[in-house]
Amino acid sequence: MSDFFAMNGYGFYIWGSYGLALLIAIVETAMVRHKRKITLQQLRLMRDAGEEE
Amino acid sequence: MAINWFKYSAPSTFYELAGKLAPWFAWSSAILFVIGFYIGFFVAPTDATQGEAYRIMFIHVPASILSMFIYLIMAGYAALGLVFNTRLSSMMATALAPTGALFAFLSLWTGALWGKPMWGAWWVWDARLTSELILLFLYIGFIALHSSIDDPRRADRAAALLAIVGSVNVPIIYFSVKWWNTLHQGSTIKFTGTSMHAAMQQAMWSMVVACWLYAIAVVLTRVRSIILERERGTQWVSELEETK
Repeated sequence: MSDFFAMNGYGFYIWGSYGLALLIAIVETAMVRHKRKITLQQLRLMRDAGEEE
Repeated sequence: MAINWFKYSAPSTFYELAGKLAPWFAWSSAILFVIGFYIGFFVAPTDATQGEAYRIMFIHVPASILSMFIYLIMAGYAALGLVFNTRLSSMMATALAPTGALFAFLSLWTGALWGKPMWGAWWVWDARLTSELILLFLYIGFIALHSSIDDPRRADRAAALLAIVGSVNVPIIYFSVKWWNTLHQGSTIKFTGTSMHAAMQQAMWSMVVACWLYAIAVVLTRVRSIILERERGTQWVSELEETK
């Protein structure tokens, strides 16, 4: 198992590459979901503000 | 059977369609990523000259391919928006830019981590690397220019011009290893075939497709928010269930 992660001495380079790829995928997914949440919230706020007038 | 292609160029119809499709793309991407990773790390043999380090290829090559293709698609949508004044095309261009920029960054990052053990340098001012760096700057320029102009339609037009002019850079990246004497290795996948081991090819193509599906899922989700933002105040947005 530790042999697998060591990658014959290239572990740092290989996992550094795949690690960032995974991090980007997680962060970007969270960001687009957050953006959707915020956009829907703003639409609701605008609607509520419009109804009060 | 006549299909009305213009039906889906209406933001309201596309909004619904994108919402239905995005989860399918996301899940199939995750599955293919696992398959590609498994083949790449447990089936594909150790490379004869580069040892284990070559396994960076399975993420580096897809990231590079995607960074270039997404740019061309983005420029294509931007051009459509500029010529036909179609709202949805410009929104698609805006939605594609961040994902393309991230793939360009990932390509440079994984390239540096591959270059260090193989060439002894994280970075060299080589034609391939420099033109890919310019691609990242073009993406950043597109995003910055678009967000610096308040009127979205004017922002679309200005950013579209930048995207169209910048697309000259994509063939330069692709042919750089042929045109100049570079440190970067030439293409292993050529139009005429490849000398790569079958398992290595399977791993790489699975990862390429996984990255495509991922990009589509993320861009569709992002464009839905952009559609809502820019179409707010219209009848169909106010009638949506999720805004109530």
